[in-house]
Amino acid sequence: MATDPNNSAAALTVRNLSVFFGKNAAVKNVSLDITAKAVTAIIGPSGCGKSTFLRAINRMHELNPDARMEGEIKLFGDDIYSRTVESVTVRRRIGMVFQKSNPFPTMSIFENVTVGLRLNGMRDRKMLAERTEESLRMAALWDEVKDRLNAPAISLSGGQQQRLCIARALAVQPEVLLMDEPASALDPLATAKIEDLIVSLKKDYTIVIVTHNMQQAARASDFTAFFYLGELVECGPTPKIFTSPAQKRTEDYVTGRFG
Amino acid sequence: MALAVFALIALIGFELFRGSHLALQKFGWHFLVSSDWDPVNDIYGALPFIFGTLVSSAIALVIAVPISIATAVYLTELAPLQVRQPLIMFIELLAAVPSVILGLWGIFVMVPWLHLHLFPALRTTLGFLPLFQGPDYGYCMLAAGIIVAIMIIPIITSVSREILRSVPGLQREAAYALGATRWEVTRIAVLSYAKKGLFGAVILGLGRALGETMAVTMVIGNIPQIVASLFKPGATLASVIANEFNEATGDLYPSALFELGLVLLGLTVIVNILAQLLLKTFAGPSVKPQH
Amino acid sequence: MTAPNHNWRKFKNVFMQTLTFVCAILVVTPLLLVFYHLIKEGFSSINLAFFTQLPKPEGETGGGMSNAIVGTFVLLAQAAVIGVPVGVLGGVFLSEYGGTKLNWWIRFAADILNGVPSITWGIVVWGLLVVPMHTYSALAGGVVLGLMMIPLVMRTTEEVLQLVPGGYREAALALGIAKWRTIVQIVIRTALKGIVTGVLLALARVAGETAPLIFTALGNENWAHNLTQPIAAMPLQIFAYAIGPYNDQHRQAWAGAFVLLVLVLSINIGVRFLTRDRFQQKV
Repeated sequence: MATDPNNSAAALTVRNLSVFFGKNAAVKNVSLDITAKAVTAIIGPSGCGKSTFLRAINRMHELNPDARMEGEIKLFGDDIYSRTVESVTVRRRIGMVFQKSNPFPTMSIFENVTVGLRLNGMRDRKMLAERTEESLRMAALWDEVKDRLNAPAISLSGGQQQRLCIARALAVQPEVLLMDEPASALDPLATAKIEDLIVSLKKDYTIVIVTHNMQQAARASDFTAFFYLGELVECGPTPKIFTSPAQKRTEDYVTGRFG
Repeated sequence: MALAVFALIALIGFELFRGSHLALQKFGWHFLVSSDWDPVNDIYGALPFIFGTLVSSAIALVIAVPISIATAVYLTELAPLQVRQPLIMFIELLAAVPSVILGLWGIFVMVPWLHLHLFPALRTTLGFLPLFQGPDYGYCMLAAGIIVAIMIIPIITSVSREILRSVPGLQREAAYALGATRWEVTRIAVLSYAKKGLFGAVILGLGRALGETMAVTMVIGNIPQIVASLFKPGATLASVIANEFNEATGDLYPSALFELGLVLLGLTVIVNILAQLLLKTFAGPSVKPQH
Repeated sequence: MTAPNHNWRKFKNVFMQTLTFVCAILVVTPLLLVFYHLIKEGFSSINLAFFTQLPKPEGETGGGMSNAIVGTFVLLAQAAVIGVPVGVLGGVFLSEYGGTKLNWWIRFAADILNGVPSITWGIVVWGLLVVPMHTYSALAGGVVLGLMMIPLVMRTTEEVLQLVPGGYREAALALGIAKWRTIVQIVIRTALKGIVTGVLLALARVAGETAPLIFTALGNENWAHNLTQPIAAMPLQIFAYAIGPYNDQHRQAWAGAFVLLVLVLSINIGVRFLTRDRFQQKV
């Protein structure tokens, strides 16, 4: 299994991870390092286990009663699956943005961004306002909504809602941000905005993004991991994966021969 | 054939108006605000019964709504999977129990128990409120409220359950991903989202409570009066019709009862329409019409 | 790196789970209590006499509810005659024919009818049948129950028919089969189980109704010899005995309630069993 050679700055170390749904293994024995403060893209054909892998990182697969995992994942050295660690804590440190934007419809823009903070007990209105502005700026949404923070979140367009969800995830200052095909439901203009956003975020955050859009992976990521049928086939710096991959299967995929 | 429903509605309306024609003529609007109910002297007023219907329904809602919604939450979000189906079945069976059987149980089991245990306890703890003052015979407004609560809990729970189930999973996931606990997910992503639909479920329950007849008649004491204490007997629109209709002599007496029926119908229809509107504008898949 | 309010949140989580669990138990408890008492008080009074004898005059002990049991079935039969054809055909219309606007109004009307209190149905049919006929009658009782069934059966039939995939209809029509024939032979046949379920549940529902019968069927100490006479029915008898002063009658009321509940619940449970393999109830 190819691991990232630059693992001195690994944010996440994954070792022998397998995820089962009932008897089926959706992810098979994957070992991988995710570099800190960089963007890692996970690519592969449909059903290859990339989303499952992503969701295992913040323990979201546990929402499915049939799901079971084996192996180990460490976040900056902390074992996130250890008995003493609760999933609630893990998800505070690792944020997630979903394929389809899901702001809470009964809340305003401001309330959506601050919901994670308020859950953790932050009450100081000044601090909440500061964090809101900070997160919305990072999500490239501030200028568009700064005058209507109390408007309902669903009054925004699709692309804006997705950026709102990104701001919401960033507000709690996670160490890692997971993105599951964040732009697949958006038009090209909105998609481009999201991609620019990702590139600007990486100086502060570690980002793992699942995408079926290879051009997106090539444009926006520093490292790329190619999954096929639940296994990690190859992983390395993005330019290398796309121009001179080591594995034939990788080459077939990136050149469009299948998938 | 389907148009028969229109015919039925027209029929009901027509008949009720025809029946209450006499009383309407004699008393006019005064009927609604007068509290004299004196069949011997042919004087009738609807107020005690409107009061009784509203108060017993209000008590029923106060008891039933929190319990039903909490149960619906338990069943959809928090319960272990094996426990869900049996509980759901139990609740649907409770909905199928005829009112008269619950009333029977009410007379011989619930009322004595209330008289001996619950009411004295309420009197000592909350007796400073006029609601819980004075002696009781067991048969009273509070007993009626409790038994109606038992009858409407299943319907509010089922409809609420459907509403909660229809909340998209993506909403829950958003909350989980922020590191929320199970209860927080329920609170933020599910309950807020479902507010309107849940309110519709409650109104539906209210509609059912307003029309509840047999169990109420059997435990309410059937004395038309307007008093503050819940320990005193009362009467509702439905219970007085059930009690007095067959003995109503003359022309004005039955007519007055018909008019009560008209008031009851008006109340229930308005409440039901409100409930249907709320539910239809909330839920996507059709919520099953519950009886 | 845990937030300061972490333990408080954990506590709230467990607390709410317990609280909602307690509520669920509270909901189930009355049902269990009712069962318990019905069995305790009623079961012992069930004997052959109960099923075969007529009620004894007031004050005397013994006797049974034979006329009430038969009466209930007589009323249900009439109700079915009225309720099933109109209800099912109405449901067919709603599902297969009609325009969307008209159908919306029909559905709306049916839902309103479903919300009309049973006692209101009673006094309406009293005015329509009992008064002109100058007598309480089994017929009036059957009619009121039947009318109550109509909106109920209509909606359940429509729902079940809607579940039949449109593909079936299209395939039949493409083969040149006439529309009404398609509906009868294909759509209804596919949905038959569901329709029967809906009808049975509606029957179980009206079997337990008391209020409308007070003003129509009235009740009878004896047998009704034809449909124009008042007739006994189980819910009526239970009610009359329950509010009366005689202990023996109370005992019989429990027995009657037991039998009635067994009847109603077996229909409900039986129906659930029948539809279990059909529609997997997913939570």
